[in-house]
Amino acid sequence: MKLLKLVPDHTNIHFLKWRVPFYLGSLLLMAASLGLVMTRGLNLGVDFIGGQMIRVTFERSAEAPVEALRAEVTRLGYGEPGIQRFGKPNEVSIRMKLPPGADHDPALADKMARTITSAVKAAHSDARIDGVDSVSGKVSKELGWDALWALGSAALFVAGYIWLRFEWQFGIGALLSLVHDVTLTLGMFALTQLEFDLNIVAALLTLIGYSLNDTIVVYDRIRENLKKYRKMPMPELLDLSVNETLARTIVTSLSMLITLIALLILGPPVIFGFTAAITLGIFVGTYSSIYMAAPILIWLKVSSKSFVPGEATGDAAAARRN
Amino acid sequence: MLDFPRWKVISLWLLTLVCALAAVPTVVSMANLRWPAGLPEPKVNLGLDLAGGSHILLEADPAQVRRQKIDTMEESVRGKLKAMAQPVRISDISNNNGTLTFLVDDPGKIDAVREAVEPLTTGAGMTGKRDWTISVVDGNRFVLTPSAEGIALAVTQAMDSAVEVVRKRIDALGTKEPTIIRSGPSRIVVQVPGLQDPQALKNLLKQTAKLEFKLVDMAAPPSDVAQGIAPPGDEIVPFADAKGGAGAAKLAVRRLGGIRGDQLTNAQLSNNPQTNAATVTITFNSEGGEKFARLTSANVGKPFAIILDGKVLSSPVINEPILGGSAVISGNFTVESAGQLAISLRSGALPVDLKVVEERTVGPDLGADSIRRGMIAMGVGTVALALFILVTYGRFGGYACAALVINVFMILGLMGLIGTTLTLPGIAGFVLTIGAAVDANVLIFERIREERHRGRRVVAAVEMGYKEATRAIFDANITNIIAATLMFAFGSGPVKGFAVVLIIGILTSVFTAVVMTRMWVSQWLRAARPADITL
Repeated sequence: MKLLKLVPDHTNIHFLKWRVPFYLGSLLLMAASLGLVMTRGLNLGVDFIGGQMIRVTFERSAEAPVEALRAEVTRLGYGEPGIQRFGKPNEVSIRMKLPPGADHDPALADKMARTITSAVKAAHSDARIDGVDSVSGKVSKELGWDALWALGSAALFVAGYIWLRFEWQFGIGALLSLVHDVTLTLGMFALTQLEFDLNIVAALLTLIGYSLNDTIVVYDRIRENLKKYRKMPMPELLDLSVNETLARTIVTSLSMLITLIALLILGPPVIFGFTAAITLGIFVGTYSSIYMAAPILIWLKVSSKSFVPGEATGDAAAARRN
Repeated sequence: MLDFPRWKVISLWLLTLVCALAAVPTVVSMANLRWPAGLPEPKVNLGLDLAGGSHILLEADPAQVRRQKIDTMEESVRGKLKAMAQPVRISDISNNNGTLTFLVDDPGKIDAVREAVEPLTTGAGMTGKRDWTISVVDGNRFVLTPSAEGIALAVTQAMDSAVEVVRKRIDALGTKEPTIIRSGPSRIVVQVPGLQDPQALKNLLKQTAKLEFKLVDMAAPPSDVAQGIAPPGDEIVPFADAKGGAGAAKLAVRRLGGIRGDQLTNAQLSNNPQTNAATVTITFNSEGGEKFARLTSANVGKPFAIILDGKVLSSPVINEPILGGSAVISGNFTVESAGQLAISLRSGALPVDLKVVEERTVGPDLGADSIRRGMIAMGVGTVALALFILVTYGRFGGYACAALVINVFMILGLMGLIGTTLTLPGIAGFVLTIGAAVDANVLIFERIREERHRGRRVVAAVEMGYKEATRAIFDANITNIIAATLMFAFGSGPVKGFAVVLIIGILTSVFTAVVMTRMWVSQWLRAARPADITL
């Protein structure tokens, strides 16, 4: 039986030859993503800015009557609603700011939800209320801080773990590629204005875990080769390591993408943003483990001496002496 | 490595079998079949986002607990000093600014007062601190300040009993399987699956149901009362049916000396035979009945106010002492609101007011649709992935696929055994885990390929493949567990559900992809002794 080979044996692509332009390109992309997040902003959901979100499905309509809805809800005097489609064209979410004073008297928020849902149901006989989320300003602030804490500590913890298992240069490389992956994903959310809610934070945390998978596999091979080929120059050795693990990188990334794309196309629309974030994360994560995590080892002067027993702790000093 | 002793093979299969068996109830219930009653059913529960239902986060205000604590102390101090053999006169009592202060008129009695007041304080739990600090300033002014530990303890106690009250009220609604848990120092999470309209529930929860009977101060100048200025020892309470604004009906009542309506044995919806209006009939327990009899006996001919949650319901004149131990409360009730009040009074007053700070309701159709689509995506994804792995790794790919199937059952089984909840992101976690689970096998198989190219013989190459790949598999999965653990620690409901699936999936996938496949590969190698392998 002939088996499928996506990466031919003895592949030898000189990835690292282009490391400077690729690095600059990546940094530019990161800057652009940050710029997008600053200027355009993220489309934060009620989880993070507080307010009310009412999900409605119009069961017998092909498309939700967005403009009519906007007029009907505005007429109620609670301000202009944010109306977005999600999932199928006949499903929308109506987002409202909480009425002033709702933090002291939750009954006001309650009343608003009831007024809006009954108005929508009265105007559209096929409207089905799928859910109401109401988050006070206080709780949303806490959720935001919790999310930042979780992301920050996850990045530091895993980088710290890699430092323990490898060397400090590897920890920095891993951290850098994590920051790269998360920044680009945030940039995508700023660009597409997909809603950024609590689930997306979970997606970013997942992405941190899985993007490191690739990085670790490459690093593990680099460490092995550093011990094996003492005299080989670093760029060549990195190229060798990346090429040796290339088949695995491609097959694993494809495996993840197969399931993710099934989820993206066929899965529940409510978690579309979540799946999209992880899917993009797999792409940038694979790229960053080759072009962010590996080249930095050259600049941080990793050498075969880094793993010689006895000198392992003094590697930086050893590198300087040479 | 090829040596797999029989006991190892048997125990591996046993472990797999137990986990897979545990998954059966879940699979049965997801397929909408009936599980025979009486059999144990370690089933995966569906989260609110899948089953539909309500999630409500309630918050209490610790400042309110502090005020209550000070009020109670004031009453205790007054009672104690009055009851002394030689009563001590105190004046200028003030409980503003979070402390209780009063002047002892006779400076010679300072020590006697201190001796009397000290036993009113208690230890604050296990902290080793008292719940009040007592100091004397300016020679004869007592200052009683609740300590931070004392407040914390009072808040904890109030929240614990609030949980009980909330539970009783929800049970009275007859909803199924509510989850009611404390969250942090001053919050309670209420989750009721399958509840479509949380309005009735919220009405019940936001009613503190603190019922008080207080004497009306007839001497208070009406102009002061209208402006909300309370004469000393009085408080101004608005009427429940007042519309607010200037001139709204208010009443001056004596702050102390009334009784609370918390010593009840029953509260029932009733109606006034003359007007047919809805009322609530309460029955006191013996202690409460005695207090009520004393209050009414001593004040015949005077009006008193029935106050619910700080609003006057009515202020009837006491025509004769009420000795029967029951009373009828009338107000501007509908049958529904009177019924709710009866439930609230029966379950006891909430020790603190609770405010809804977060509320999420999910309709049942959305959840059902999500499950259906999630299952389809999972099925299609798994089949496509299995095909891809089969054409890439041949026989070895077959082992990987078998491991994948076992993995799915083990995840479901373990989730059922520890009683976790499957949420919407959890379904995504499931699908993702399946994609990621093959990574371990890919690492191993690619390594075996490499070792063959370097000229190693089949057995040695397989052995090296498993040995060398395990290191990277271990490191990679540890980082995933770190990320998932933080997700669990910081995340809320649905995200927590995702983290749990991820952690379980990582553990089982390492087991099936590394240990199980190694057993199958070595059994095959020993039986067939192939000279070459296609990989």
